[in-house]
Amino acid sequence: MYLGKVIGRVVSTVKDASLEGRKLLLIRRLPNGPAVIAVDAVGAGAGETVYVCRGREAAFAFKPQEVSTEASVVAIVDTIEREL
Amino acid sequence: MLLARIVGTVVATRKDPRLEGKKLLICRQVDPDGNDEKGYLIAVDTVDAGFREKVLIVQGSSARMAQGCKDTPVDAAIVGIVDQVAQD
Repeated sequence: MYLGKVIGRVVSTVKDASLEGRKLLLIRRLPNGPAVIAVDAVGAGAGETVYVCRGREAAFAFKPQEVSTEASVVAIVDTIEREL
Repeated sequence: MLLARIVGTVVATRKDPRLEGKKLLICRQVDPDGNDEKGYLIAVDTVDAGFREKVLIVQGSSARMAQGCKDTPVDAAIVGIVDQVAQD
């Protein structure tokens, strides 16, 4: 799991049936990572810092439906506290 | 999941029986602006994508959840044809 920032959206008409009705978000891995596409499970929006789950487990966010994804937005971050 | 564009096809006659009838495409990873990135991968097509189209690829064991890929030896599947990438 890692933190990311929502930097955009991806629109696709022809797609896997399990992705129908799902929002595809363009996420920049924080702090300066690559851009990845994740399926939204929590209703995240532009500019928000989110928590991204990757791998086989990403599909568990949509149980019992089997969604074909390997990256899902599973939380919207309110605050981060850290010591240096 | 990653963005890629299709740059070619792969033909294989002798292959795992569970791959029969599946289209194998050579995909080049691209950034959100459409610029090529390093490396390429071979993915199984599940949405009838074509040459030069920008597509959405799912990798790893999740690729087996794509339509028609259940219990097949697949670790990269094309699951969507991208119409538009909107950046904020």
